[in-house]
Amino acid sequence: MTACSPARTAGRLLTGEFTLADGRRAVPVFQLLTERYRSPEYSPEAVSARCGVAAQKIRRIAAELAHVAFERAIVHPQPWTDCGGRRHESMIGRPVAMHAMRGISAHSNGFHTCRALHLLQMLLGAIDCPGGFRYEAPFPRPCPAAPKPAGKTSAPGQPLDGMPLGHPCGPEDLLVDAAGGPLRIDKAYSWEAPLAAHGLMHMVIRNAWAGDPYPIDTLFLYMTNLSWNSAMNTADTTGMLTDKRADGEYRIPRIIYSDAFFSEMVAFADLVLPDTTYLERWDCISLLDRPISTADGPADSIRRPVLKPDRDVRPFQDVLIELGAKLDLPGFVARDGSPLYEDYADYLVRHERKPGIGSLAGWRGRDGGSDGVGEPNPGQLDKYIENQCFWKYELPPEQRYFKHANRDYLETAKRFGFIEKAEPIVLQIYCEPLQRFRLAARGHGAVQPPDAHRGRIETYFDPLPIWYVPFSEAAVDGQTFPLHAVTQRPMPMYHSWHSQNAWLRQILSHNRLYVNRARAAELGLDDEDWVWVVSHHSRLKCQIRLMEGVNPDTVWTWNAIGKRAGAWNLSADAPESTRGFLLNHLIAELLPAASTVRYANCDPVTGQAAWYDLRVRIEKALPDQAGNAEPQFPAVSRLPNMASPPGIVRDARMDPGAPGGGR
Amino acid sequence: MTSLPAPQPGAKKLGLVIDLDTCVGCHACVVSCKEWNAFGETGPLPEFGPYQAEPWGVWLNRVHTFEVGDGEDGRTVYFPKNCYHCEEPDCVTVCPTGASYKRAEDGIVLVDAALCIGCKLCSWACPYGAREFDEDGGVMKKCTLCVDRIYDENLPEGDRIPACVAACPTSARHFGDLGDASSAVSKLVAERGGCDSMPEMGYRPVSKYLPPRSIRPTRVRDERSEHKTAGGNGFLQWIDRVLSR
Repeated sequence: MTACSPARTAGRLLTGEFTLADGRRAVPVFQLLTERYRSPEYSPEAVSARCGVAAQKIRRIAAELAHVAFERAIVHPQPWTDCGGRRHESMIGRPVAMHAMRGISAHSNGFHTCRALHLLQMLLGAIDCPGGFRYEAPFPRPCPAAPKPAGKTSAPGQPLDGMPLGHPCGPEDLLVDAAGGPLRIDKAYSWEAPLAAHGLMHMVIRNAWAGDPYPIDTLFLYMTNLSWNSAMNTADTTGMLTDKRADGEYRIPRIIYSDAFFSEMVAFADLVLPDTTYLERWDCISLLDRPISTADGPADSIRRPVLKPDRDVRPFQDVLIELGAKLDLPGFVARDGSPLYEDYADYLVRHERKPGIGSLAGWRGRDGGSDGVGEPNPGQLDKYIENQCFWKYELPPEQRYFKHANRDYLETAKRFGFIEKAEPIVLQIYCEPLQRFRLAARGHGAVQPPDAHRGRIETYFDPLPIWYVPFSEAAVDGQTFPLHAVTQRPMPMYHSWHSQNAWLRQILSHNRLYVNRARAAELGLDDEDWVWVVSHHSRLKCQIRLMEGVNPDTVWTWNAIGKRAGAWNLSADAPESTRGFLLNHLIAELLPAASTVRYANCDPVTGQAAWYDLRVRIEKALPDQAGNAEPQFPAVSRLPNMASPPGIVRDARMDPGAPGGGR
Repeated sequence: MTSLPAPQPGAKKLGLVIDLDTCVGCHACVVSCKEWNAFGETGPLPEFGPYQAEPWGVWLNRVHTFEVGDGEDGRTVYFPKNCYHCEEPDCVTVCPTGASYKRAEDGIVLVDAALCIGCKLCSWACPYGAREFDEDGGVMKKCTLCVDRIYDENLPEGDRIPACVAACPTSARHFGDLGDASSAVSKLVAERGGCDSMPEMGYRPVSKYLPPRSIRPTRVRDERSEHKTAGGNGFLQWIDRVLSR
């Protein structure tokens, strides 16, 4: 097959059965698709009741998608050249765009649902075209993507031999020991969560407490308030931080925590490293991480200190770089053992992941004249500051669409270091890496799953999207727990999971549970009633608000609004603690025991936390139970010499209650 | 009591046009307004009990959220609201000191803090609740359309717009001269059926809202007749026919 096989042969390859040159039988993936999705199991009638959308309406939506994609195609008069060297006089757009964010991936069937949506986009031709889904640099990338997760040779007291996160492409890339057990404390990249490209952060405290897969001596955490709003089963998880073994030693002996705020987690740390706020430090929103690119071109940005800290704090990145040097970690010390970087600003400019590629893509090269790739430029940060902290490269018009198959774009992407070779990026309908895991589960290959995991791997590493009832939901009785319960982040606070200020809490200082109005009437509930929300794991008390715009089988609330009394230097009667609540209390971090293994409450492919699999029922609270949320926790003790919050702030720049304030 | 300026033919009528169809209720305009104005000529905009049980502060722009319609017809409407810089603003005419005034040259309604005695008559007169009293300073505060920004020649021309407009991530907020029928904002109002808030009150707001668009399902041909009964094989043959070229 050539790099970009001519599409005009496609018709002959779509259906039927073929015999390959070596005698093996093969069928095109389209045949598999039609066989699977035209089966009664996937018919509108079969799913209508479950998702609350009439079969006829499902058909109408499908017809509408097809109609818009194929009958209302956009013709964008922009010539371009495809990866096979063919020039096209225009770009054809299929104006079907889909929005799917963290809701879908917060289910234990989320990976396959995401794949199903992507499959639909592929079938509609709505991939990186005018009006459709569009890639943002550094994407698209081929599979296998680099790098693989490091850690195969990790040993106590030794540095990791590469980057902790990456993209496994088959069983041989897993981080498992000889018996197939997890190597990482969060069990990412093990048979329990093979494609855990984000790690399983929500399981770290629990695993450390349980000594599963092994005990640790020190838990070192940065931000995220991991025991509170980033934990499932918040009450028990908090308890794990102070739990002791029979010999009197803490089960997690040492906890180091860095935070800019007096969050719920701070009181549990043996050592607190007071961080700066982002107004007081350098930061980088890098193409190597989660950049700010748009579909029209790569972009990145920095934050720079605009306030001088007035208290004994240090930017955590500076601290990490100093620790790296003190520990002689590779990449942080020179040959003579001296520190390689002065601080994080120095690291941003001089660190190179590969020659010419560093944290920031703008103004590279000695003279700052190079976009994307080039030698470190000592004046780079000044150039960012001159440009309001942003860098953006505008792709020429002929490179802005069909990036996976656009010759000129692919050459640009190679030049910028996004991809290794300027070759077309083949979208996989039949996902080969998944099939590699499934084949292992079926006994093929040298790297085999332990028998306890074999069935699960075989089931969920299906190369074509599947649907199954989310695990937590399947484990409970639908009559006893008839409602789905989910959360969303309020937009004003979207990227302030971990900060607190006097303005945002005036917009929202406590959350209610939103209930469909008709459903509430059936349940005998009124607006503003106090209710108990009960899951198989726990229960909480909160106040409800009725609304039309929510599915009758679903209740929802804002997340991370509820705070523990006394935390964040709020007064103990602040509504965040008296009336605000976390749905986290109702969510168990482990799935109910169904086999010899108790799996984490997450997606079996990616390990993504299954926050949204929660099922609950709601019961009206007794009249004398109204007025405050439960569970309540004893107020956090104030730190010695901590300033009391002011009663009035006239000038927020002078607010002694806020970090950096009070000058 | 304070007089309104005599209408001048051709005078600018600066205001906002807010698109209720595209506002997503993110509050970026709210916070951005506070950030600009708390530290500018209008400030301070104090907070009371900011870390206590009932935090309360002065804001010149707020977003209210409503649900309209029942069941499947229901929809959430985010309703951003700041001063409309009305053509008949009773908040000005009730002012006993001349502190509240409407500018002849561009129609912006302002408060002169040096003249304000904090009697709050203006906030009683405004049916929209657009004025907020600074209890600490004893003076009334309100939206100035960022008058200390829109005429600032030290700013790049593109930045000479109100902070709320600059902040909006969905471009739901537009700023311009509604006295000029050929301006972009006037055209937008004409095209989209822009309307006043509570016109029956007779204050003649300059700023307008663009109502949410109605949702019309796309009309599609019934494609299913041809192959709806075809079994797996028939369907595959149909695919071959359609996709072969």
